[in-house]
Amino acid sequence: MNLIRLKNVKKVYKSGVTAIYDLNLKIEKGEFVFVIGSTGCGKSTFIKMLYREEKPTSGQIIVGGLDVAKLRNSKVYKLRRKLGVVFQDFKLLSKSTVYENVAFALEVFGLPKSEIHEKVLKVLDLVGLKNKAKHYPHQLSGGEQQRVAIARAIVNGPKLLICDEPTGNLDEVTSMEIMSVLDEINKLGTTIIMVTHDTTIVNKMKKRVILLDAGRVLKDYEKGTYVHEAG
Amino acid sequence: MKQVRILGRDIRDSFKSVFRNFSLSLASISCITITLLVVAISIVLSINVNNFATLVEKDVTIVTFLKTDTTDEQIKIIEAEIKDLDNIESVVFNSKESITEEFMEASDTYKKIMEEWEEGENPLQDTFLVKVKDINYIGETAKKIEQIEGVQVVKYGAGMVEQLVGVFEIVRNITYGVVVALILVTAFLISNTIKITISSRKREIEIMRLVGASNINIKIPFIFEGLFLGAFGSIIPMVATIYGYTALYNRFNGQLFSPFIKLIVPSPFVYQTALILLGIGIIVGMFGSWRAVRKYLKI
Repeated sequence: MNLIRLKNVKKVYKSGVTAIYDLNLKIEKGEFVFVIGSTGCGKSTFIKMLYREEKPTSGQIIVGGLDVAKLRNSKVYKLRRKLGVVFQDFKLLSKSTVYENVAFALEVFGLPKSEIHEKVLKVLDLVGLKNKAKHYPHQLSGGEQQRVAIARAIVNGPKLLICDEPTGNLDEVTSMEIMSVLDEINKLGTTIIMVTHDTTIVNKMKKRVILLDAGRVLKDYEKGTYVHEAG
Repeated sequence: MKQVRILGRDIRDSFKSVFRNFSLSLASISCITITLLVVAISIVLSINVNNFATLVEKDVTIVTFLKTDTTDEQIKIIEAEIKDLDNIESVVFNSKESITEEFMEASDTYKKIMEEWEEGENPLQDTFLVKVKDINYIGETAKKIEQIEGVQVVKYGAGMVEQLVGVFEIVRNITYGVVVALILVTAFLISNTIKITISSRKREIEIMRLVGASNINIKIPFIFEGLFLGAFGSIIPMVATIYGYTALYNRFNGQLFSPFIKLIVPSPFVYQTALILLGIGIIVGMFGSWRAVRKYLKI
């Protein structure tokens, strides 16, 4: 079953710049997909449309059965509850602890305290931060902060995890740690779409790779077939 | 149950948030405090001025002089006829005998002269002291009384009363206008300060949206935060009104410069004013944050 389906999607910004020309894509449940391409190829726009930070100018985007393009502003939360998003800059609440940052994503559902407690500790354990629950973000390293962000994104068990350059601010070793966390989450059944320009990671992970260029899919490499040649 | 839980958390978080963003909260609270103090002063002043004007207006009396040969029965008929008119607040009869006594008590000279009057020689007239409900129509009412059979003449300070009423009317309108204008300015100032407080938390709103909080879920904590800011900001103006005015009242023995200008008794006046201040603070605080958050929920 397709978790994500894009049909004839086009995006033209108000400034007149066309970011995406006629995009057609299908992503299955449980896949791990890298989206790569040079700066300005439209990968950010593509991923933003998936969680409806941007609306397509025309075409159809279906995510988990929701028609994203037709989703009203006041109903966006319905989509957001089905997916998690991780960013390059983590986007944590600096004045809240690790625990509170993660619990925040569950509190909006109105779950009872005991259930929140249980779920938060479980997910912090999964990302290896159970012992830092009471720390504030500024007391953590970049890699740890990103793991908090991942924990927050997956704590309510979404089917889809969208990662926008999650390793962009991290060194190589830390990046690989994050990747192994993501791989673990993927193995538990969550579909992952990750935008990156780090070819080392892409080469090592051997997953499906979608190469965008000037707003079009230049090539869609099946799992394990993409190898980036240096230089 | 779920909604109750969410609401409970919203209230708790908004309360926490006031303290976590302390410097900005303090800016909002001091802005509310200062503007509400000005509002408090203007309310106290305007209500006192209006109270004074009302007291003076209520004191204006139409003195109705009856013809000297009026019999007791005629007096009763006249009284009934006056009471039948519109715009009559009260009618008090003052007989020439009681007026004579008043004069005799007031001065020995009068006493000497008046004591010599024989029965039936008293040149004074029986009078009715009439107070009206609406002073704006005092002239018409006086005319109607004058036309009653047996009434010789009426006096109420024609000309001067109209002027006084005119002046009071202007003073009232000015004070009300000032209070309303001040409240509007306050609303604008407070809501803008809160807007700045919330703009600095654009990221927080973004994250709330990201993790699937519905728009209403995002708005509610901020609206509560506005409520808390408004309530905290009203504390000093409320205390200042209650204790400040009471102290002022006691200091001047309830009158300003002369017994003629009476101040309003503090209780319940100060408590009502304090409640009004709290109400303004809370409503404006909530409105300000609602306005500010709304801006960030449009994508």
